[in-house]
Amino acid sequence: MALFSLSGTRISGIAAAVPRNKVSNLDYRWISKKERESLIKNIGVETRRVAEKGIATSDLCVAAAEPLLRELNWDRREIEMLVFVSQSRDYLVPTTACIIQDRLGLPHSCLAYDIGLGCSGYVYGLSAVAGMMQTGAVRKALLMVGDISTLTTSYRDKSTYPLFGDVGTVTALEYDPGAPAIHFNLQTDGSGYRAIMIKDGAARNVMTRKSFIIKKKGPGIYRSRLHLELDGIEVFNFTLREVVPNIKALLNAKEISLSDIDHVVFHQANRLINETLRKMLKLAPEKVPYSIREFGNTSGASVPLTMVVALRDQLGNQRQKLLLSTFGVGLSWGSAIIETDRITVPDLLEV
Amino acid sequence: MEEFIKQIEAEFDDLKPGILKPESHFREVFEWNSINALILIAMVKTEYDVTLTADDLIKSKTVKDIYSLIETRSNK
Repeated sequence: MALFSLSGTRISGIAAAVPRNKVSNLDYRWISKKERESLIKNIGVETRRVAEKGIATSDLCVAAAEPLLRELNWDRREIEMLVFVSQSRDYLVPTTACIIQDRLGLPHSCLAYDIGLGCSGYVYGLSAVAGMMQTGAVRKALLMVGDISTLTTSYRDKSTYPLFGDVGTVTALEYDPGAPAIHFNLQTDGSGYRAIMIKDGAARNVMTRKSFIIKKKGPGIYRSRLHLELDGIEVFNFTLREVVPNIKALLNAKEISLSDIDHVVFHQANRLINETLRKMLKLAPEKVPYSIREFGNTSGASVPLTMVVALRDQLGNQRQKLLLSTFGVGLSWGSAIIETDRITVPDLLEV
Repeated sequence: MEEFIKQIEAEFDDLKPGILKPESHFREVFEWNSINALILIAMVKTEYDVTLTADDLIKSKTVKDIYSLIETRSNK
């Protein structure tokens, strides 16, 4: 297991931007009214934000970054690292982080790259930045995490279409030798790669005319090889098998108890999975914030988004010791324990 | 076994109490879809700390079949 601690990194602020356009699952006419109600009740997604065509994840992240940089009063010429975590980049080539470096007017001395992860992206992204920051090699960094998941879901696929929402987030990190260490436990199981995937369009299955053909995959499930496919039961069982042991291993190794943790922020997969995890860890509901009802499953950004919409007051006014737990596509998962002290969290931005 | 049936009834509010019996073919008793499969898997994990897979559900016909799986795995 990649179980380790990194010192020297302080989170200074977190911001998020969502599309103004709100879609409700009550209006999802592909399924019956009864199915819609069951979906809202069990999966937990009532509304989602959907980006208009032509809006890329980077647009949302850049929009979120501007007020954050202003409120932090950062001189952007001091930003030395930019990591962009997304599965909906601007282009297949080149790296979107380079384009963002230019858009934000960051200096040429900034290192920038994309990380191709989804659900586990925030924790992995934190580890990448903190890894560079621990020796002071980098003093100010931006970690941008987001996805336009609605780009690749098929309307007539009831197993994916109503789940996902779009968002872009940005986390500002600073070198601080006195900052509390961030603890990580990161894991991978690639044997489960088929559980969440898009088959065609990259090197393994080059895009052809056949890629666009929509096929029936099950009752109420019609999609092409360019659409996201999700094996719900497989993902559920993976989550039940791996997430709690990963968290317990981290807590035990670092001799931290759940009672020391103020809030546990889970990746917003679905209400059923998340509630089962909460019960397995015997966590009181007040300790486990959600954003899935209003925003859906927002992929890698779901953890920072939940922090912005559900913990804004606590993060802005108090010290917080948080356990972040992420899991999903890859299969990739990781948890982190972070401590924050009165950080800058602008209001959720709608663009 | 009775406790198990009560737990199922608690999770599925469409199910009227008393209808589900050990011999009941669960797929006939309530609408079988993947959300209901997840609800059942979640309940069994939370209450019995046993993991049911999609295969288990496919191979099981009656409520008793599922309960037997739980009993076997709890004893491990």
